[in-house]
Amino acid sequence: MAIQVSNSETSTQPTKREQREAYLKSLLSTAQAHVPDALAFSDLRAKAEAIVNEHTFPSNRDEDWRFTDLSPMISVPFQAAESPSEIDMGALGPVQMPEAIARIVLVNGQYNETLSDIDQLPPGVVVGNLANLKDGALGDQLTARLAMSNGGHEVFTALNTAGFQDAAVVYVLRNQVVEQPIQVVYLSVARAEPIIANPRCMVIAESGSAVTVVEDFFGAHDRDHFNNSVTEVWADDNAQVTHVRLQREGAGTFHIGKTAITQGRDSRYTLVPVTLGACLSRHNLEVYQNGPQTDTNLYGLTAIAQSQLADTHSLIAMNHPHGTADQLHKAIIDDSAHAVFNGRVWVPRNAQLTNARQLNRNLLLSGKARVDTKPELDIVADNVKCAHGATVSQLDANEVFYLQSRGIDAEAAQRLLIYGFAMDIIDRIPVPSLRGSLTNTVTGRSR
Amino acid sequence: MINENSEVILSVRDLHATVDGTEILKGVNLEVKAGEIHAIMGLNGSGKSTFSKVLAGHPDYEMTHGEIQFKGTDISELEPHDRATAGIFLAFQYPLEIPGVSNRDFLRVAFNAHRKSQGEDEMDVFDFDDLIEEKLDVVKMDAAFLDRSVNEGFSGGEKKRNEILQMALLEPTLSILDETDSGLDIDALKTVAGGVNQLANPDNAVVMITHYQRLLNYIVPDYVHVMADGRIITTGGKELAERLESEGYEDIMAEHKVEVAV
Repeated sequence: MAIQVSNSETSTQPTKREQREAYLKSLLSTAQAHVPDALAFSDLRAKAEAIVNEHTFPSNRDEDWRFTDLSPMISVPFQAAESPSEIDMGALGPVQMPEAIARIVLVNGQYNETLSDIDQLPPGVVVGNLANLKDGALGDQLTARLAMSNGGHEVFTALNTAGFQDAAVVYVLRNQVVEQPIQVVYLSVARAEPIIANPRCMVIAESGSAVTVVEDFFGAHDRDHFNNSVTEVWADDNAQVTHVRLQREGAGTFHIGKTAITQGRDSRYTLVPVTLGACLSRHNLEVYQNGPQTDTNLYGLTAIAQSQLADTHSLIAMNHPHGTADQLHKAIIDDSAHAVFNGRVWVPRNAQLTNARQLNRNLLLSGKARVDTKPELDIVADNVKCAHGATVSQLDANEVFYLQSRGIDAEAAQRLLIYGFAMDIIDRIPVPSLRGSLTNTVTGRSR
Repeated sequence: MINENSEVILSVRDLHATVDGTEILKGVNLEVKAGEIHAIMGLNGSGKSTFSKVLAGHPDYEMTHGEIQFKGTDISELEPHDRATAGIFLAFQYPLEIPGVSNRDFLRVAFNAHRKSQGEDEMDVFDFDDLIEEKLDVVKMDAAFLDRSVNEGFSGGEKKRNEILQMALLEPTLSILDETDSGLDIDALKTVAGGVNQLANPDNAVVMITHYQRLLNYIVPDYVHVMADGRIITTGGKELAERLESEGYEDIMAEHKVEVAV
């Protein structure tokens, strides 16, 4: 049997791999084309460019992307926005947070002074954008930390590092305690052409300080959009950071977000990541315990419907003795939506006397809903406590009947049960207005 | 309390019902008037719990023949929540746990669902808190129970008391107590029975489904029905329960030509 393939055919039809390589290069070059001169960081950017060039755009054949198919993106020619979008306060409406002491807003990854409100800050805390702050008193500290978190070799993180146009900065000085939350809003605004934004954020809590940060990814439109965000958080020795990450992007948005946390010794870090929006989202969440007796708490909630896909990939690297980690991730999945959870906990030999718990719970509201869950415990140390589990369930017909038998109609009964499922995550959010609006959003979604 | 002139609250005629295609109820007849307390006794598998679930409208049970009238209206097509707001209350044999929903919220939502069905405004949180504190006395429950998740981590006795608390709050016309006494220690039984006695009045009615005659020492029934093989085979007064207690079910079932399933 002889199969002849002419050379001309193979050369004119690019393979899928070549397509993905070309696509990643096009994303890189459009991102790089609009880097402002003030944020050249040429060494950093060059390194990131080299990393991106070592990769191809991921496919399902990559173990890390087995369940999350990015191929729908490849047909969309995303462009980085050159000029800032003109936008008024009205666009912020639904994300205004009365409790916030400060708000910094990036629109498509670019700082927006009009929408930001950073003038009422107590002493000892700085909120602003990197382009303005890098030549000031904090410039050296910011430059020294920028893109220095572990995990920077991941392709989308490197793409952001190569192309980010500005970064939101929350900087809390040593021993300062900020009582009220600081809000970071990433507004996605549609343009004539599909936009790729590379928003970036740095949260630095110096030794002994305490702060609450609420990140809000928001876009009301359903046009094609690609938000490739990176947030680096440092909780230095004995610092305390409480962090809410709310992703409620528009229905046309592809959202790939990195949250990288570096914890110093005796620090406490709590994150409540809430995923509601985007047609396809991936949250790469990485915590690096860089000193003994660090405490990490991750309480996530995903609530998706229709054909949404939401993927959470987390890593807790417990590199030192006496660390603790508590992770609970819950997902409510309706219609033909698809949730993915991959939770890695890394306990190397020197991480003795650590205590880690991980639980992933999934509530399927429809016969077509799907979940893929994979705990990944990597334990080398021999004197540790490590527990993990995953559950998948549906609304219990007997529970619905119990509520109905008390006069509550079937729809309200389902809402109440969903509320019950989500509440132990929502209750962890230290902002009352956000708890209220999220409760309505999550329970209102049931049929 | 029997009063021939009272309103008929529940009238069940020749009720047949199946679950998963198997006929469990094979012609139940029962009439309950205002002010009356009825006990339905029977062995396991006689159909007593099925009867209570069919009355409350459980979707797994299909009514295949007969009729159920509640205060003169056919309710067999009504949804469970509509039966509840009409005034039917089922105290569950195994009350369900609802994690994440506080007892207080659950009770308020249920109470307001009843108010709404009567065309009344919802009661606000503060007035409701006052009301529920009052009702706690009926079952001697601590207010701390209100802020725990519904039935989660409750002991058996606490769960049953919580059922009676709901009954006290919702003030049903017809209360069906499905083995509310099973598994209770004597103190809990006294508390639960005391609550039921306190709530019984000339305008409402109680149907107790039970395995044990013991309950009837604390809640004295006007009628005792014996259920076997999906039917009520005989009806009497309190003395019938006493006879069952001393003789067992065999003789009575033999008298009524019902085979004892072993």
